[in-house]
This record gives sequence, C-alpha cells and structure tokens, in this order.
Amino acid sequence: MNRGALLKVVEKQYTRTDIPAFRPGDTVRVNYKVREGNRTRIQAYEGVVIKIKRNGFNSSFTVRKISFGEGVERVFPFNSPLIDSVQVTGYGKVRRAKLYYLRDLRGKAARIKTDRARLGGKVEEAPAPAAEAPAEGE
Amino acid sequence: MKGILGTKVGMTQVWKNDKAVPVTVILAGPCPVVQRRTVEKDGYEAVQLGFQPKKAQRVNKPMKGHFAKAGVEPVRYLRELRGFNPEGDTVTVAIFQPGEKVDVSGTSKGRGFTGVMKRWNFAGGNMTHGAHKVHRHPGSIGNRKTPGRVYKGKKMAGHYGAERVTVQNLEVVDVIPEENLILVKGAIPGANGNLVMVRETSRRPAAKRKA
Repeated sequence: MNRGALLKVVEKQYTRTDIPAFRPGDTVRVNYKVREGNRTRIQAYEGVVIKIKRNGFNSSFTVRKISFGEGVERVFPFNSPLIDSVQVTGYGKVRRAKLYYLRDLRGKAARIKTDRARLGGKVEEAPAPAAEAPAEGE
Repeated sequence: MKGILGTKVGMTQVWKNDKAVPVTVILAGPCPVVQRRTVEKDGYEAVQLGFQPKKAQRVNKPMKGHFAKAGVEPVRYLRELRGFNPEGDTVTVAIFQPGEKVDVSGTSKGRGFTGVMKRWNFAGGNMTHGAHKVHRHPGSIGNRKTPGRVYKGKKMAGHYGAERVTVQNLEVVDVIPEENLILVKGAIPGANGNLVMVRETSRRPAAKRKA
C-alpha cells in the first residue's frame, strides 16, 4: 500500500461523514459540545461560513457572527468529535471562496444574497426565523 | 531492549479525549529474526532483524547463504538490536502497546552545505543599522595572540543533515497490528519513506509528581 492509503487507514476511524455539505457564504448552526465540570451540554453557534480550509483529514471551517456588536469567528475542524451536529440554515450566493471582506463590513452591508437556485425544492430548509434560535451561550 | 524496524509513512492527527493529537505513522515489520548474537559466541547479546522483502535474484551469494542459514526470505535491510532476545522467529508491532514510551532513530533530511545560522542556530548579524556583508556571518571565531588559533570543534558552516538522529521518549498513541502500523506522538527524523528503528525508550520513567 502506498503512503496515502496507509494514512487513510489511520484517519478512517476518526473521519466523520455526518456533517452536511455547505459552501462559503452559507449560514450554519453548529451544535457544539461544551464540558462543564463533569457534565456536557450542547451549545449552538450560528453564523456565516467565511472560509473552508481544505486540508484532507485536517480540514476545517470558520464561522463568523456578530455577538453583542462584536464580530466573533470560530474555527471548527470537520472531524472534531466535539461537534454534535451541523445544520445548514441558509444558502448564500457569493463570488469568493474566502469571505474575509465581511470583516470590514457592518450591518446592512455585511448581508449575503440568498442563493435561490440552491434553495430549489428544499424550501423547508430555508433560513429559520431568527427568533427561534437565540444561539447565544457565551 | 525491544525494538522493530519500519519506515516513516507520514504525519496526520488523531482525536484522543476530544483533543487532536499530532502523530507520525510508522509502517513497521513484520521483521524476521535473521541471526541471534550470544555472549558465548559473539561476546554480546543481540538480535539481527530484517525488514522489507527483496527479490531473490538481487541477492548476492554470500548474503544468500546468510539468509538460507536462518531459513528466511531475503530482505533489504538488516539491523542489530542490542540486548533484545525476541520469542519466535518474527517481530511484529504487537510488541508495543499504546501508552508506552519509545525512542525512534532514523536518518535526518540532508540539508547540504549550510551556514551557521541554520546549522547551529547562531544569531547572525544585523539586517540594517549599517551592517555590511555580515548579515548571516558567525562573528568572531576566536581571540588574539592567545591562543592564536581557532579551537577544534568550533561551530562553523558545513555539511548538515543526513546523519543518524534519535528522538527519545515519544508516546505510542496507537498500534494497528492488522496493518503493521505504529502511531507515535510528535515528529520523527527523516523524510517519508525513510528506514527508522523504533525501540523501547532508554529514558527512565518520569518521577511521579506530588498532587
């Protein structure tokens, strides 16, 4: 077996296949396990995917949101066991792979157009009302 | 001291207790025992292990005899391990358990003729402030009339790398006997595909800290 195949043998048991597909510009809700003492609870973190770093097993994605007027970015490894689940709550239409320009924009200017083409027949997965998802927990 | 021969496959990471652990994957063994050195005959105790099969047509006559004597298939690499007397006629990765500490020896990447900054971590000179042609120079290499010469062993530019390097006290994170793989925490010497020797560590276990 060649080198890549051997590394895959090792990585296979840690690889997660239950993370849905999404692209930069999409809005996702990441349900993240948080340990407090000896009990774990799930904290939701919702925001825009501004970057997907493709690095094989070590791939990760960055989610940006505005929390109490302050921009917050969190990086999640795709294969992290601490991710309980990921829900795609909105499809965005963007023209870049890395949306760093959002960091310099505020309020209305930082909105992303909804990708109606991808919304297609999956309207039930359309953006959930914000009221239903406070998504705070810091 | 138990040990095994292998090749460096490459690095990746695994998740242990919700933490990502950097690991080097080593493809090791199965190593046939080709010869056993004994105190009576050779004056010391050791085992000669083989690694990686070699085509019989590429083996020269003296080596053919050596392999025939041991009754093993020809192998590419032969290495001796002192003070190791394995049971049976092959050594596999199963001699190691996750959590054990090991030393890994290999040949480091060759860097050719390098300056003192890369080779010995010298600070070099200023990049600015009027520095002239001494940006990566070693500075002074000695005194004046006493001793009037440069000391032997003075660290200078020269050939760096492609030498035997041992990294001690690496933790075995996992062992996969079905695929002959060992996962050790951290980096090991050399390029991917290099021959490496994985041995039980020569370091004594760390003293238990008081709680």
